[in-house]
Amino acid sequence: MMGGYGDVQLLRDDGLRLDGRKIDEMRPVSIEAGVLPAADGSAMVTHGLNVAVAAVYGPMEAHPRKIQRQDRAVIDVRYNMAPFSTSDRIRPGFNRRSREISKVTAEALESVVLVERYPRSKIRVEIEILAAEAGTRCVGITAAAVALADAGIPMRDLIVGVASGKVEDTVVLDLDKAEDNYGQADLPVGILPNTGEIAFLQMDGDLSPDEFNLAMEYNFKAAKEIHEIMVDALRRRYEGGEV
Amino acid sequence: MSQGQSGAEQRLVTPGMAVGPSTGKRAGSGVVAANDTFIATQLGWLRERNSTVSVDPINAAYMPRSGDLVIGMVAEVRNNLWFMDINGSFQGLLPMSLAPWKVEFGGARQHMDVGDVVLARVQEVDECHNVVLTMKGVGLRRLNQGAVERLPVQHIDRIRGENNERLQRLRDACDCRIMVGENGRVWIDGSPEGIRWARKAVHALASSGHRTDIDELLTTLENELKGDA
Repeated sequence: MMGGYGDVQLLRDDGLRLDGRKIDEMRPVSIEAGVLPAADGSAMVTHGLNVAVAAVYGPMEAHPRKIQRQDRAVIDVRYNMAPFSTSDRIRPGFNRRSREISKVTAEALESVVLVERYPRSKIRVEIEILAAEAGTRCVGITAAAVALADAGIPMRDLIVGVASGKVEDTVVLDLDKAEDNYGQADLPVGILPNTGEIAFLQMDGDLSPDEFNLAMEYNFKAAKEIHEIMVDALRRRYEGGEV
Repeated sequence: MSQGQSGAEQRLVTPGMAVGPSTGKRAGSGVVAANDTFIATQLGWLRERNSTVSVDPINAAYMPRSGDLVIGMVAEVRNNLWFMDINGSFQGLLPMSLAPWKVEFGGARQHMDVGDVVLARVQEVDECHNVVLTMKGVGLRRLNQGAVERLPVQHIDRIRGENNERLQRLRDACDCRIMVGENGRVWIDGSPEGIRWARKAVHALASSGHRTDIDELLTTLENELKGDA
């Protein structure tokens, strides 16, 4: 899939991308915390044309008992794309991809949440992608982080999901659908913006060390920007007006 | 702006936020120390008291501690014990030896069945969250009448007020018996009108527990009641 579509022009002659963004420009992001009254914590993230809703329940007793850990909580993540989230209908239910993303998201969140505070417990995180345009796993992680904070779960940091990639031998920040489908590489990362740690990293396609470093530089810059929006969303929920 | 609680410094902090140097201070709940800096781990209001820095969380799950007065609901009955839903992550266990009655083996259900509500105290909590409850103690009993409402756990102290001042105002206003469990459940008993008002008041306070104008809200509710009467 990578690089085999020479006739698809992803960068315009003026150096901008197809949707008019600069190569280091992110799609617009907006976040709202506390969108689901029944959940202990929730968030909705709109990132470009992606829309993700995350709900957090717990900590609760872990069931079935075999998944309990005597020294820490387990995080049970369910990532799911709604059937109507893309132009091709997605068959409802788990598939290979959603299982993989649920697993890597759970592992990323486990390294941030202070799981040792809740032995034998389970924290349930449900991520539903309502609309998809590339980069949904990152949007899901961001939504989960805000929902966890909203639920009052203790964490070391707010984890931010961002992605960079390569199209037409140029490193670009935050791939859209065309760039994701026809580009040469994709590098989604989960970043802890306050400490600069990486909790999650995947790479699809090839990047040279220099390209990798540049992509990570873009990712860290974007993570800071998204982090501010996340903090702002939590502030708005609790600081101003009627709550 | 209407946010914040009474007190000196009120700052909303998010997980991972550096909230100041840690030298000479102690880390309270919701705060960890890393590289001479305090890092908030929960979303909430920053508080510094007696050189202890802590976060008053905006949302919190009930974590049982021994000695807590709780309002439990019978979730399961066995031959010699009851499992109680105490609004926490784990159910509490009430063995027949800690019930206020003389219970025969196999006769637990005759005293309390699923759905019954009790006032109990947390006897013991171990590091694995096993909770043992007791009903032996003054005032601990089965609650046969009245209504049970929910309250956010983090607002309980605010709604009680200094020396239970606000709680007493609530009780006086509606002439009801009101009991606040540490687990975020409130038991209200009295006349139907009193209960109705008290439930409304508890709802209003539950959603405004973090605000500075909580007393004014209570006054408005009291005036409404007087107006109705």
